[in-house]
Amino acid sequence: MENIRYDLITALPEIVIVCMAMFILLADLFLKPTNRIVIYILAQLSLLGAAYFTFSTHVPSVGYAFTGTFVDDTMADVLKLMIYLGTSMIFVYSRQYIQQRDMFRGEFYALALFSVVGMMIMVSGQNMLTLYVGLELLSLSLYALVALDRDNAKATEAAMKYFVLGALASGMLLYGMSMIYGMTGSLNIADINNALMSGPKIHSVLILGLVFIVSGLAFKLGAVPFQMWVPDVYEGSPTAVTMLISSVPKLAAFALVIRLLVQGLPTLAVDWQQMLMIMAVLSIIIGNITAIAQTNLKRMLAYSTISHIGFVLYGLMSASMNGFIFAMFYVVSYVLMTLAGFGIILLLSRKGFEADKLDDLKGLNQRSPWHAFLMLIVMFSMAGVPPTLGFYAKFSVLQAALAAGYLWLVVFAVLMAVVGAFYYLRVIKLMYFDEPADNNPIVAPMDMRVVLGINALALLVIGIMPEKLMELCIYAMTTSLS
Amino acid sequence: MLNYFTQHILSFSIWLPVFSGIVVLAIANENKPDTTRWLALLGGIASFLVTIPLYTHFNFAEGGFQFQEGFSWIPAFNINYHLGVDGISVPLILLTSFTTVIVIISAWEVIQKRVAQYMACFLIMSGLMIGVFSALDAILYYVFWEAMLIPMFLVIGIWGGPNRVYATIKFFLYTLLGSLLMLVAFIYLYLSTGSFEITEYYKFSMPLNVQVLIFLAFFAAFAVKIPMWPVHTWLPDAHVEAPTGGSVVLAAIALKLGGYSFLRFAMPIAPDAAHHLSGYMITLSLIAIVYIALVALVQKDMKKLIAYSSISHMGFVTLGFFIFNNLGLEGAIVQMVSHGFISAAMFLCVGVLYDRVHSRQIESYGGVANTMPAFAAFAVFFAMANTGLPGTSGFVGEFMVILGAIQVNFWYAFLASFTLIFGAAYTLWMVKRVFYGEIANENVAALKDLNGREFLIMAILAALVLVLGIYPQPLTDMTNATVTQLLSHLAQSKLPVGLPSGL
Repeated sequence: MENIRYDLITALPEIVIVCMAMFILLADLFLKPTNRIVIYILAQLSLLGAAYFTFSTHVPSVGYAFTGTFVDDTMADVLKLMIYLGTSMIFVYSRQYIQQRDMFRGEFYALALFSVVGMMIMVSGQNMLTLYVGLELLSLSLYALVALDRDNAKATEAAMKYFVLGALASGMLLYGMSMIYGMTGSLNIADINNALMSGPKIHSVLILGLVFIVSGLAFKLGAVPFQMWVPDVYEGSPTAVTMLISSVPKLAAFALVIRLLVQGLPTLAVDWQQMLMIMAVLSIIIGNITAIAQTNLKRMLAYSTISHIGFVLYGLMSASMNGFIFAMFYVVSYVLMTLAGFGIILLLSRKGFEADKLDDLKGLNQRSPWHAFLMLIVMFSMAGVPPTLGFYAKFSVLQAALAAGYLWLVVFAVLMAVVGAFYYLRVIKLMYFDEPADNNPIVAPMDMRVVLGINALALLVIGIMPEKLMELCIYAMTTSLS
Repeated sequence: MLNYFTQHILSFSIWLPVFSGIVVLAIANENKPDTTRWLALLGGIASFLVTIPLYTHFNFAEGGFQFQEGFSWIPAFNINYHLGVDGISVPLILLTSFTTVIVIISAWEVIQKRVAQYMACFLIMSGLMIGVFSALDAILYYVFWEAMLIPMFLVIGIWGGPNRVYATIKFFLYTLLGSLLMLVAFIYLYLSTGSFEITEYYKFSMPLNVQVLIFLAFFAAFAVKIPMWPVHTWLPDAHVEAPTGGSVVLAAIALKLGGYSFLRFAMPIAPDAAHHLSGYMITLSLIAIVYIALVALVQKDMKKLIAYSSISHMGFVTLGFFIFNNLGLEGAIVQMVSHGFISAAMFLCVGVLYDRVHSRQIESYGGVANTMPAFAAFAVFFAMANTGLPGTSGFVGEFMVILGAIQVNFWYAFLASFTLIFGAAYTLWMVKRVFYGEIANENVAALKDLNGREFLIMAILAALVLVLGIYPQPLTDMTNATVTQLLSHLAQSKLPVGLPSGL
């Protein structure tokens, strides 16, 4: 009895969000379209409630629930809080956009909340199947969200592509898991690790399983050579959904990598380090070089994401505590930058007009110097120019990689960062050096303006004082991985 | 309060201009540009005034780092907010805050669109550059060094000429490439010493091959910034396209960031590599001095000509560094300061003409002296200074470097002195074509002479060039102790004891 009580308390945040998501679906049936704002408020409240429970039940130690399939450690709590924060910001940024496109319905919020639950389970899963279920819950919700604007042919195509490739990746991940299960006799992360430590296993089978697992993870992260879906899905989805796909799920994918590779298979570190290394280098090359050729802002950000993931992998492939801490720092910074970047796109969009071309940013400095300045910060942060957050993110992962002895890979990453700077500078060029092509006034609700301002300025402020965020990442990783 | 100020003069020097820039941006009203201008001028002058105690309270005899202040900034990486200045940085800081005032005055009527952003860019840039000159923590230095690119990028891109986008992106990417390699070197040094303190790096001994790599990483950053041949190509483009103020800051200060950083980082951190590679460095400097001077000779665009002249003069600076003697090093520092005044003045002269005729081509002018006698007098004076006429500041630095070079190798001095001939040739030939002869066209005939504002900045700069040329003692006094300390540091090998070099 005591156990069940502990289990339920541990999973309280997940339970809150699931219940609220179902309640929202129900409530939506009885609400007049004019009162839909209630749904929005409920969705925000459910995130707030989950945040309250996550925060109030936090203890700086590791606790297992549901017979060891679910873990409540510091990393999980910190990442969950980031996920709530990010999702809440997405809700703020996207409200006007989805209202104008007739997507402001219960389904949007229910699906988004289900995807949040999926992410939370990925973050807290301590068993391969739990992790897999979390991943599928996230993915299925996202597939449906992409296709939510069902009369939009591009979105439907993107959803189809995302679903087919995503299902393939899930299959690969599952297949890899089955190999590991076959060799170790357990699906539990801690047991797998113990089994691998205790005695010799057939290395080739383990490697085969590992390859499939890494491939599945790479797909979810969007790392080369499993990146093909990223640009198409980013471009085809409604911008509000692109924002959801590109931001917070990366936190969950990061946690998945930590759970599977770092906690489950540290004995195979030498092998997965090499795989991650190749993917990191390829992601940085392909992401940065292909981004130069893009004319669509969302596609450009898609390739930019691929290159950012390459940098995250630089941290992970170092396979050191510092590497994991800095990879987490990078992912969190990436999420903040991406949210602000897409926030600006949503801000400039209006009914019947998607501000998703690079040229739509032309002359923004004359239309609205303040928003141009915010986007300037976002772009310099993505390029990794101090004094912005992006600089410390790159600086710290490169430091971890250098400490692990990858001198020439670091030099290479640095050279590619210069290539990357080019397309971010082009955005700034369009905003500051060109004349505006579009002189419609920028209309946005006050809450969105305020949150977007805070979001973008945070990139600058945390860039000047990165200590608190860094301490948080250090705290999360050192108390969870020991 | 006063006590607090005296303990944090450097912080005030850095953050007052940055803060003024933000205030200008915040209060700006496009309909009342005059308020913005006065506010910016006020900020600029206040920022200049707070840097003056650095000169009056500096202990010349002692040398070393003074006015130090600091606190722990990012403990996770052991990064500190650590500031301090020595005899090399103080004159450059004063030069920076002074030049900012000149730039603000020079932009008064010229800049009509987005005045507040223009002024704010220069004020913020001034603070960041002072930060570069006073940071004693590698990452703090790096943050200032890179952050300074952002306002310069915007200045060239927003207020620049027709080809500004190409020029400004080239400027940014060139500099970024070099800087990132320097960052890798910093991370390497951090992993080896556990600290980002520059003074820790001075004590850290490394085998020669590591030193060479570190030196080359620094070289990538600083050679681009100075710029040295053959990575100078961004400079003529950036200068030509930049607005007058941008050119002035680029020439007067930004190039000095590179020269200063050689003395602060590359040479003392990797002294053996510096000695080992000094032959290459001297060769590159001599190529810059001679070859770039010849390139300057054939330019048709006045700004491009002055840009190439800057590269050639900066060749003197790097030559002075790498001959490793007192005269050369001090001469190089004098040359940096003097070039700051002269090149700023030259670019302002071109700006005066450009504002009236909207052409930088030499062939658009002729006989300007007839319609603008006062201006011509100043311009000819600055041209003379640029060629290194005795009695102007241009002479002192070059003469000292040549004297220093002759102690090392006669041929270095021989080649370096070519600049006196070529410099005179390209500068005076330009002066002749622009200012003398018949009035070339109706544009020139319609020219109005300097107004009060322009006269004021020309007169101030002319006075400074003259004073520094006749009586350079205050400047050399300031640098003397530091230069001696630096040279004695450079003379000590930092190779690990007991290991054969090369391992």
